[in-house]
Amino acid sequence: MRVSLFVPCFVDQLTPQVGLATAKVLKRLGHEVEFRSAQTCCGQPSFNSGQWDVAREAAIRALEVFRGAEVVVGPSGSCVAMMRNFYPELLKGTSHAAEADDLAARTFEFSEFLVKKLGVTDVGAKFAKKVTYHDGCHALRELRLKEEPRQLLRAVKGLELIESEEGETCCGFGGLFSAKFPMISTAMVQVKGGALARTGADYVVSSDPSCLLQIGGWLSREGKPILPLHIAEVLAHDA
Amino acid sequence: MDDSKAIFLKDATVNAADGDQRAFIRKALGGYYTNRDLQKARYRDWERARDAASMAKWSAVNDLANVLEKFVGNFERNGGVVHWARDAAEARAIILKIAEDNQAKAIVKSKCMTSEEIHLNDALEKAGFGVVESDLGEFIQQLRGEAPYHFVFPCMHVKREAISELFTKHLGTAPTDSPEELTMIARRHLRQLYVDADIGITGANFLIAETGQISITENEGNARLTAALPRIHIALSGIEKVVNHLDDLSVLLPMLATAGAGQPMTCYNTLYSGPRKKGECDGPEQFHLVLLDNARTRILADPEQRDALHCIRCGACLNVCPIFKNIGGLAYGTTYQGPIGSVITPHLRGLKQWNHLSGASSLCGACTDACPVRIDLHHHLLHNRRNATKESPTLFDQVFHHGFNFVIKRPWLFATGGRIFRATLPLLQKLPIPYMGAWMKTRDLPKAPAQSFRDQWKNQNV
Ligand code: SF4
Repeated sequence: MRVSLFVPCFVDQLTPQVGLATAKVLKRLGHEVEFRSAQTCCGQPSFNSGQWDVAREAAIRALEVFRGAEVVVGPSGSCVAMMRNFYPELLKGTSHAAEADDLAARTFEFSEFLVKKLGVTDVGAKFAKKVTYHDGCHALRELRLKEEPRQLLRAVKGLELIESEEGETCCGFGGLFSAKFPMISTAMVQVKGGALARTGADYVVSSDPSCLLQIGGWLSREGKPILPLHIAEVLAHDA
Repeated sequence: MDDSKAIFLKDATVNAADGDQRAFIRKALGGYYTNRDLQKARYRDWERARDAASMAKWSAVNDLANVLEKFVGNFERNGGVVHWARDAAEARAIILKIAEDNQAKAIVKSKCMTSEEIHLNDALEKAGFGVVESDLGEFIQQLRGEAPYHFVFPCMHVKREAISELFTKHLGTAPTDSPEELTMIARRHLRQLYVDADIGITGANFLIAETGQISITENEGNARLTAALPRIHIALSGIEKVVNHLDDLSVLLPMLATAGAGQPMTCYNTLYSGPRKKGECDGPEQFHLVLLDNARTRILADPEQRDALHCIRCGACLNVCPIFKNIGGLAYGTTYQGPIGSVITPHLRGLKQWNHLSGASSLCGACTDACPVRIDLHHHLLHNRRNATKESPTLFDQVFHHGFNFVIKRPWLFATGGRIFRATLPLLQKLPIPYMGAWMKTRDLPKAPAQSFRDQWKNQNV
């Protein structure tokens, strides 16, 4: 299959290894991977801030960028939820509505794509570490993904998966919310990050790089001995 | 900045930093999660039950004028008197007039959030009527002079010792740390008040159109005494509480109990069918119902958010809300706390002044999943944000988002901007830049990579 990568803007600039790992796993599975460099941001920051006119422009641009792509795969539950669930809402009743629905049907979150679309759970990865998994809220509640990433992790050789308390609790990122209401966002990550650290795992893994920014940022500040890692990075490990 | 927002920010900051209080609230809710899951498991299919509950409310709300009319006809046939109140002031005036006309002195009240919404106690007290809350939690909050912390568990934040001290101070009782004894103290104190009261004021959980009955759900039995002992019963209810059929309660009552409190059923579910009839030996002589609009028709007129009127005030969305658990119920400054409060308060009190509550959410969606009647809570927060932007955009947001859009529209500019951002990140982190500084106060950013993804991809794939 020819996969068109969707790399979230902050992954592009701050954690490029996540995008590279995503491509690596897909290539290892025999797929052709392309990156359309006209892509930038999905528009979610504006959408969540109530600036729907601005977000609509971003949505229309994304439709143009990914026009003709067989499938679009993004290593972020949040950005994929934006494209899958909120583009159709934004563009409802416009001349772009049909194309938005069409893109929504072609766009997949990375773990969802592997498990649900390709039917693959064992991608041939090895990673002899203890990990705990954090469900990003968008993956969990907008895309309804819970088992898919766990199936992938369980198939990784040597990996031990530990569930945490507060399993379905939000990490408190919420995009600009984390900066506009930093006191609430911090209290939330204290709860979530604390529970993750108590598992004794070496890594906290998630399919959402934005949650990892928040959780990892707090863990690092608190000096907790557990590191953030995107699921694509785990699956890319083959030695 | 509007007052309501400034106060919210201040209180939320203080409360979010109070680790002890946060832990206390989590502990108080600990048993709830276990019990709720246990009870949910007894449903053959909880999700289908949610569909049914939501449909029961949907069918009444979407035909509200007719269903209400039917209810009122039947309620009046049962001997009750209906009063329509457009807003809080009208509702207060109606209730005051009933009290004055009947030369009432003492009033006893059971739990009724709608009365909090119209600030009824204040009005009654100012007019010289004594009013006592008969629900234990509300009674404690009344003695504390504080609004309910949670609209189902009004004093969940108060420690046992504090309740004992409160009773010692106000009722002169000996200190105790036994919850049973504390309940008994309140009970002994309240018993005589029921007997002495001329008027009992209650809320209503459901109004049943086909029978003209009012359904009230409670755990303490105080609402039954409040409704039955005084010679006048006044029930106050929002117009959205009406349902079509008695049968609807077969799904709504257990779901209210399970979703909100983790109970199979609430202890007392009582249907009230009018005043004392000829030949009956008890019950009130008069039975009044005040039907309150207070902006509910405004929500009704908005097809996008109309489902907010499905709310059965179970409190489940508060119990699962990480914002509520971390800032507490009082910080909201609203009658209805938590997600549903953030959704409807802008309709009740103005979007401009109350949109900050819709902003104060990570949009995690736990509320929407918990809601037994499937209100699209977290998406309504997005809708409020959008409406507020349209109605009164803030300059900062306009500049920020249009600026951001200018950049992301142009991939070359985005790439260049990104390069500059990465190169200067170590410096930026040290500057007091709004928002970024707030983020950096408690969290680190990853070390900026030398090359972006797009640069590395280009180099790999040339
Ligand atoms: S919005 Fe739903 S969950 Fe929240 S109180 Fe109302 S019915 Fe319960």
